[in-house]
Amino acid sequence: MPATKLDLNIKTMSYLKKVIYNCKQATFLIEKKSIGKITLRESFELRVHLFGCSFCRIYKKQSRVINQMVQELFRSSMHRDYKLDENFKNELQGRIEEELNKN
Amino acid sequence: MQHQLNPHQWVAAHADYLYGFAITRINDDELARDLVQDTFLAALQKTAGFQGKSSERTWLTAILKNKIIDVYRKKSSGLQNITEKEADDEQNDFFNADDGHWTKSSGPKEFGIEDSDKLVSKEFEQIMKRCLQKLPALWMSVFTMKHIDEEPTETICTELKVSQANFWVIIHRAKVNLRACLQRNWI
Repeated sequence: MPATKLDLNIKTMSYLKKVIYNCKQATFLIEKKSIGKITLRESFELRVHLFGCSFCRIYKKQSRVINQMVQELFRSSMHRDYKLDENFKNELQGRIEEELNKN
Repeated sequence: MQHQLNPHQWVAAHADYLYGFAITRINDDELARDLVQDTFLAALQKTAGFQGKSSERTWLTAILKNKIIDVYRKKSSGLQNITEKEADDEQNDFFNADDGHWTKSSGPKEFGIEDSDKLVSKEFEQIMKRCLQKLPALWMSVFTMKHIDEEPTETICTELKVSQANFWVIIHRAKVNLRACLQRNWI
């Protein structure tokens, strides 16, 4: 019946509209996909959303860059930047020797 | 090859490394020093259990990791929840409550670093550090355990006592907050 078909179309439209507007959900799926699994349905929704949303396309690129940068920051520069002072180190090794001598 | 332990060289060989590891994860100088000391002292008690399968540094780092997780747990159970609540509220400013669309002021804009491989300025790195420090302790711990230490999701959930559902919410919120902070301070 035409009425049901129309009904279905309206439902589909409102479903798609929800997907298209929901950047909160889209960014959630971007994060989930980058380190875990998302379902086929979620994957479809994300593709539909990204097709029409330039904000979330930027977000997706930035999210990936941020991951790389944070990793680099932790692995290299932060280790370079942080050093203990010699006094602290000497005392610490002294305590270790003390413990070793107890046994 | 069997690895050996040599406690007489521990501080010279590993103290700076362990200190860097700790301070980047807990952002508290005094506490980081304490944890390095605790790690060595705890390690001395465990030398009998060292089987030589991993390197001395890997073994010491594993002990330190457990101590850091204890800190995370304590932090996220206490007053820390206040900053979590604040960060949560901020999250509500990013997306419209009714349809989930970016709010007017928070839509992502290009930083100008998206396509170039690396070559990020020192200035951007500094902003990144400051933005990371603003994250609530629990978010920071989930974030670093996943993205830096690459721990399995199940492990993180068990260690930090968060549900799987909450884990994904935190991963999402941490990134959205971090990105927004970069945008505010860079553009």
